[in-house]
Amino acid sequence: MSVAQDIAPGQRAISVETIGMTKVFGNLTALDDVSIKVAPGSFHALLGENGAGKSTLVKCMMGFYQPSGGALLVNESEVSVPNPRAAHAHGIGMVYQHFTLVPSLTAAENLVIARADTPTVIDWKKERKALGAFLETTPFKVPLEVPVSSLSAGEKQKLEILKQLYLDQRFLILDEPTSVLTPDEADEVLGLLRGMTEAGELTILMITHKFREVTAYADDVTVLRRGRLVGSGRVEDLSVEDMSRMMIGETEIRESATRTVQTQKKLKLELAGLFSDDDEELPAIEAISLKIHEGEIFGIAGVSGNGQSELIEVLSGQRTLNDGRIFVDKKPYEPERGQMDMFKVFGFSEEPLKNVAVPRMSVAENMAFRTFDKAPISPFRGWLSPPPMRKQARELIAAYRVKTPSTEEPIENLSGGNVQRAILARELSGEVDILIVANPCFGLDFASVAEIRAQIMDQRNKGAAVLLVSEDLDEILELADTVAVMSEGRITYQSPMAETDRATIGHAMAGHH
Amino acid sequence: MADTTETSGVRMQSGTSFELVDRLRRSSEFFVIPLLALVVSGLLFSAFLLTLGKSPLEFFSLVWRGGFGTSFSWQNTLVRAAPLVFTALCVAIPARLGLVIIGGEGALVLGGFAAASIAIPMVGWAPAFLMLLAMFLAATIAGGVWIGLVGALRHYRGVNETIASLLMFYIAVSILNFFVEGALRDPSDPNKPSTKPIGSENMIGAIPGTDVHWGLLVGILLCIALFLVMNRTTFGFAAQIAGGNLRAAQAHGLPVGKLMVVACMIAGACAGIAGFFEVAAIHGKANASLIAGYGFTGILVSFLARHNPLVIVPVAIFLGGIAASGGLVQRRMDLPDATVLVLQGLLFIIILVSETFYGRFQIFRPKGEAA
Repeated sequence: MSVAQDIAPGQRAISVETIGMTKVFGNLTALDDVSIKVAPGSFHALLGENGAGKSTLVKCMMGFYQPSGGALLVNESEVSVPNPRAAHAHGIGMVYQHFTLVPSLTAAENLVIARADTPTVIDWKKERKALGAFLETTPFKVPLEVPVSSLSAGEKQKLEILKQLYLDQRFLILDEPTSVLTPDEADEVLGLLRGMTEAGELTILMITHKFREVTAYADDVTVLRRGRLVGSGRVEDLSVEDMSRMMIGETEIRESATRTVQTQKKLKLELAGLFSDDDEELPAIEAISLKIHEGEIFGIAGVSGNGQSELIEVLSGQRTLNDGRIFVDKKPYEPERGQMDMFKVFGFSEEPLKNVAVPRMSVAENMAFRTFDKAPISPFRGWLSPPPMRKQARELIAAYRVKTPSTEEPIENLSGGNVQRAILARELSGEVDILIVANPCFGLDFASVAEIRAQIMDQRNKGAAVLLVSEDLDEILELADTVAVMSEGRITYQSPMAETDRATIGHAMAGHH
Repeated sequence: MADTTETSGVRMQSGTSFELVDRLRRSSEFFVIPLLALVVSGLLFSAFLLTLGKSPLEFFSLVWRGGFGTSFSWQNTLVRAAPLVFTALCVAIPARLGLVIIGGEGALVLGGFAAASIAIPMVGWAPAFLMLLAMFLAATIAGGVWIGLVGALRHYRGVNETIASLLMFYIAVSILNFFVEGALRDPSDPNKPSTKPIGSENMIGAIPGTDVHWGLLVGILLCIALFLVMNRTTFGFAAQIAGGNLRAAQAHGLPVGKLMVVACMIAGACAGIAGFFEVAAIHGKANASLIAGYGFTGILVSFLARHNPLVIVPVAIFLGGIAASGGLVQRRMDLPDATVLVLQGLLFIIILVSETFYGRFQIFRPKGEAA
């Protein structure tokens, strides 16, 4: 079935090498002369910021893209991969950031249908026996006979990896494989993979931006920046500082804002027994109650899909509340425009183009969503005047260093960091009393991340009550004054940041509370 | 990539003259792509004619003559364009909110019917001015409520507005038929079930020196007014936000439901006005002649105009001309007059396809920026 079978058992890992890989899209060189060598049985980390060319590189290796130049070598001989199927035939498989399993099928069914040679009539008795024998050869344990939808994120990710092993892919590309896992789950999965590489069963190329994972699990590292290879070497020879300098180059990173001591402890925002349903009308959040004071960042950690997004939607008026009340300054609050203005409630979230911006409208228009019905943009009731709108946009663009060709550019054409900066400019340029933030740095480059976190801290220091929901535990650890964990729609753990630590929060995220 | 955005960031500083050029370059896209779509549709239609053994050249020259060649054909065209302007607005305004309303014909029919019904008891005693005012109000209210209902169904009950508006067209037709064949039927007219006439002395006359009634002028003014509403008012801006991204509108506390219902009411009122002019300027009474398909051709007009009220006027005239030439084409080329419907259908499909091409062409982008 694949070349991997020609190699002696026990040493089935294959080597993959790119030579001068280049990919040009129109007038953009996404990948410029990148040569990397991944030795058989090694665990290789691919580091780089968003847009550095990591995904372009692996897409060229997988046959999703045809490189404009360069060659791909598998086990020292040149191969061509016109499509992903050809890559699979050479033993190269990929595990994506998001799950590709069929939720309503069981693990066993998902594995069998993934095969290229699935027969029309499946002899399940025989297949189950074969699957059992296959599982014996791997360290991953996943329940085979329950629907995938009832598996935990960690089990799903293991199943994704198992699927690749089952298909006999001996070179695995992992695209940020731990982004949906709890810290404990991440350690388990990466530990098992590490074991397989040490046994010579597998070669791994992992895209990541978490230095912790690189230093703990990888043998070698390659760093890309703006499509070029800017550094590589043994992980043991490099410090985290070395690697981060390679990743971000000379870009200046804003220092994280210092946390000023807040003496006032006035209660600002209170959620009292909030209940709401998800899109399938199943309970999504249950009895959420919490209190946020002025000058406090209240961080809610948790694995994706435990009701955090529904909570944010309820607070920002995107989802109806079944029961419970929201109070601002002890007065009932409804998320509608008049009250948002009166109580100075602002917010932003991940994927702004999806959640809080209109992709086809211009930068200037998007920046005016809070102000379009107030003077000077609306000089008298009902009327709207574009020149002051553009003037406001020019000022905000300069103040928040948004890179855009003009105020008239549709906001969807800006890079992710610049879209988020434009939204930040809109939400934070006035006086902010309450800030509701969800995964604000998701998918952004280092410079933007530092900038955005500093802005959130600034608002806190100025006395805003901040609710920060984040799936990135490091973000919570860096910013929050009080931390809570959401699990299955409930707050299961809450503590002042000073009295807790990463491991405790991590365990609470996994449901051990 | 970062390099190019940096340089363009610097160019941004150079200020408003650049913004103007930039905006012109971008807006040219909205002109060129529909034009290309027209050309492609013309070519495809020519192929269709060739398979029938007819000459495309003869067809297009007949369309020109029948629609725009003489002052008579121009007037014929403009009379047909007037209702299209109104029914196109019925599509264009909700489209800003992302709603696809295709039942403008229903609001037109009901508007015409409401206008006739309120006029009949007034015949004989009310001055023409008063009667026309009452008819106008009745038509706008009937149309506005009708499509407003569609908007309310959509927002409060989650009913698909496209299907609802289409189905409500059939209800509107039934309401019309129920009354003109029953309680409001004019017994003196044995041929076609109709309401009693409003009286020729009460009808709206033509613009002096033409056969074109005042509806066209009102339509043009309404287009300008609604263009301003959609582009220069906070209502229009809020509607644009809600249409572009519902979640963003909610996150900024905008009253999405109210916006939807109001936009639909404006839309229905426009179609109702079309019905008013059909009764008050053309037919003089309400009957099945109101169901002439203007509401449906209006959908095509609005899409072709990319839901821009100002562009609706020339597009309505263009399609009015094609419709006006139907008779000539039928007589001269021995083609059924439905042939022009084939052309309209082709146009519609090509226009819908061309929607996917926006933002794909480098030529419409400022220099140095990747598409």
